Amino acid sequence: MKKLIATVLALSMVLAFAGCGETEAPETTAAPETTAAPETTEAPETTAPVETTEAAAVMTHEEYMAAELDSAVCVETYVQAHQSWWDGKITVYCQSPDGAYFLYEMACSEEDAEKLVPGTKIRVNGYKAEWSGEIEIIDATFEFVEDGDTYIAEALDATALLGTDTLIDHQNEFVSFSGLTVEKIAYKNDEPGDDIYLTLGLDGSSYEFCVEVYLTGTDSEVYTTVGELSEGDVVNVEGFLYWYEGPNPHITAISLAEAQ
Amino acid sequence: MKKRFFLLTLLCLLLTACHGSREQTVFTPPETFDTGRTYEITFWAKNDTNLTQVNIYKQAIADFQALYPNITVNLRLYTDYGKIYNDVITNISTDTTPNVCITYPDHIATYLTGGDTVVPLDELFTHPGYGLGGTEVALDGVEPSQIIPKFLEECRIGGQIYAVPFMRSTEACYVNKTYVEALGYTLPEQLTWDFIWEVSEAAMAQDSQGNFLLNGQKVLIPFIYKTTDNMMIQMLQQQDAGYSTQQGEILLFNDTTREILLTVADQVEKRTFNTFKLAGYPANFLNAGQCIFAIDSTAGATWMGSGAPLIDIAPEKLVPFETVVMAIPQYNPQEPQMISQGPSVCIFNKEDPQEVVASWLFVQYLLTNQVQIAYSQTEGYLPVTSKAQESAEYRDYLSRRGEDNDLYYAVKIDAARLLMDNTENTFVTPVFNGSASLRNAAGQLIENVNKSVRRGGEVNGDTLDSLFQEVSDLYRLDQISASRGKVNLGALPAASKILLTVLALCWLVMGGSFLIGKFKMEKR
Repeated sequence: MKKLIATVLALSMVLAFAGCGETEAPETTAAPETTAAPETTEAPETTAPVETTEAAAVMTHEEYMAAELDSAVCVETYVQAHQSWWDGKITVYCQSPDGAYFLYEMACSEEDAEKLVPGTKIRVNGYKAEWSGEIEIIDATFEFVEDGDTYIAEALDATALLGTDTLIDHQNEFVSFSGLTVEKIAYKNDEPGDDIYLTLGLDGSSYEFCVEVYLTGTDSEVYTTVGELSEGDVVNVEGFLYWYEGPNPHITAISLAEAQ
Repeated sequence: MKKRFFLLTLLCLLLTACHGSREQTVFTPPETFDTGRTYEITFWAKNDTNLTQVNIYKQAIADFQALYPNITVNLRLYTDYGKIYNDVITNISTDTTPNVCITYPDHIATYLTGGDTVVPLDELFTHPGYGLGGTEVALDGVEPSQIIPKFLEECRIGGQIYAVPFMRSTEACYVNKTYVEALGYTLPEQLTWDFIWEVSEAAMAQDSQGNFLLNGQKVLIPFIYKTTDNMMIQMLQQQDAGYSTQQGEILLFNDTTREILLTVADQVEKRTFNTFKLAGYPANFLNAGQCIFAIDSTAGATWMGSGAPLIDIAPEKLVPFETVVMAIPQYNPQEPQMISQGPSVCIFNKEDPQEVVASWLFVQYLLTNQVQIAYSQTEGYLPVTSKAQESAEYRDYLSRRGEDNDLYYAVKIDAARLLMDNTENTFVTPVFNGSASLRNAAGQLIENVNKSVRRGGEVNGDTLDSLFQEVSDLYRLDQISASRGKVNLGALPAASKILLTVLALCWLVMGGSFLIGKFKMEKR
């Protein structure tokens, strides 16, 4: 009898092993959360489009700019650069020969994000929005334009437009500025690792630039170079003409003016 | 044979016990703190893109290390709670969590699903040697009773304290009083939602050129809300409507929520209301004379008002006006209710209990007057200890309101006072695994209604049904319920059925054997 019990218990032990084999799962089944900053910060958040974006006719840049805020828009344009992919979203800098677009947190799989290389043509459906002066497309979806051509914008020299009302006409375009004097360099967190705020001067006026870390990363040449600049250095910069309560280019390249 | 049988049984019991258990070691406080060793700990901190706060952290570390030269604190800075949360989640899986981390209780609830990842502090609080006010503590810390009880309770999860409050804030309504009076209204002692909507609607008159009569500009958003999850949560709380139970049952999708959303839709239709996510920072609109009521954290007070020390818009866009700091609007002004928020600090568990104690000592240092008062002065934060709040230094700070537009900036001090005077009127939402998702969902409802109306969509009973489902799906709220055991988990797997059957048989055989033996004994 004892042998029988021992056998039965041994069998139960084997089955117990099998049962224990799947205990790696979390204790509760709640899904990992996408989080929002509960207090004062910008919330990285999964945004549900309010309604499915209806297929709209492809717009020219002029038509896009003329469209009402909050209206559905559709454009075909070319990827110039993008910020790092995260949680099914990507922020993309796009430009066509007739104008530029900023696609904020566009829905995108990680696999497709890798295909968004500079020059790639995409068709974007979303909604026109304005956030602190930046005209952008939000709640967007996209598709690759099959057999589409490619386009990479040359930097427009916008130095002469600084401080003028016409600079905004080139919002989001790839632009360059030359002969600017470094007035202030400030890391967002007072140390490398996050965005760098760069104040550059020209003809007695000051202008704000930003090294957006999600665009350039911290290992990039532009990030390193900006960190090594000193007040008074004269520089040439290139970047995308982002807007935040005024021009706030996201720079992608910088060099000492004297070095050229 | 008996011995072998016993061991076999014991093994089986052990294996049964191991089912679902974790390998994380439960923290047991050591008897004493070993000061003969050196420790290196990491502190993940959050600042409000405010370099003064960064410097206070750095100073706190330097001062702490002077008291405890054997403990080195490495600082890693964030400007976003969400990023801290994501990084912690990533590091839990690799067992590389920080030692000390600024956090929110909602987040801790999720961290705790990874086992004993976060150290419960109850025993550390009361340890006679290195506890709060302990005999071996080398710093001028606080006694347990000197942490404001209301704030400490917010850090209790499942009956245990998993964090200490670091700073507290609430939301405030920053009002352009000049505009309110220009519209012929007088600010009441306590704002109500009806008052805000009425004044906002009155502000929408425009001239033939499309300029608003109130400000002469083409842009006016009378009412802007920064954090819409707070908006929804507070509107529900003030009406005693459902949000969630303490156990994590979701009550958000109810009739009061519908009424709130219909009101929001109506105001968006009239263009009197917008949100941070769709428009921009409330402070920028307020300071440009393009907003009358801006609701944001009291920890954002240094950005509020045309004389604010921190300004993000061009000087030529600033419009002078009188700023008044008021409690958020209420449904019942006689019983005001507002959210309590602000950073807390938790300690992550480590293999070495001495390292945990080193972390705990640093956390105690964050509660000293030096840190509490200095950090609170960077924004409209309130110190979390009565020791700091009642100190001569802090009282002096409050009394010097308005002496300058920097340290003594009136709006900032008014914001801190608002919470000080209303501490007992604050509340927090239940904390459970998934509560952060629920919070996001609450805000998403408002954001989606805002977008929908602006895009020409209709908001009615039917569309709200769809919206509820959409948002519930987006944040997987049905799975939060599942974690509470409310979902049918389906039939048992075959292996489990066999196991249970075998165990039952085993007990039957053992029981039968026992009875037969007993019967034989009695017969003898």
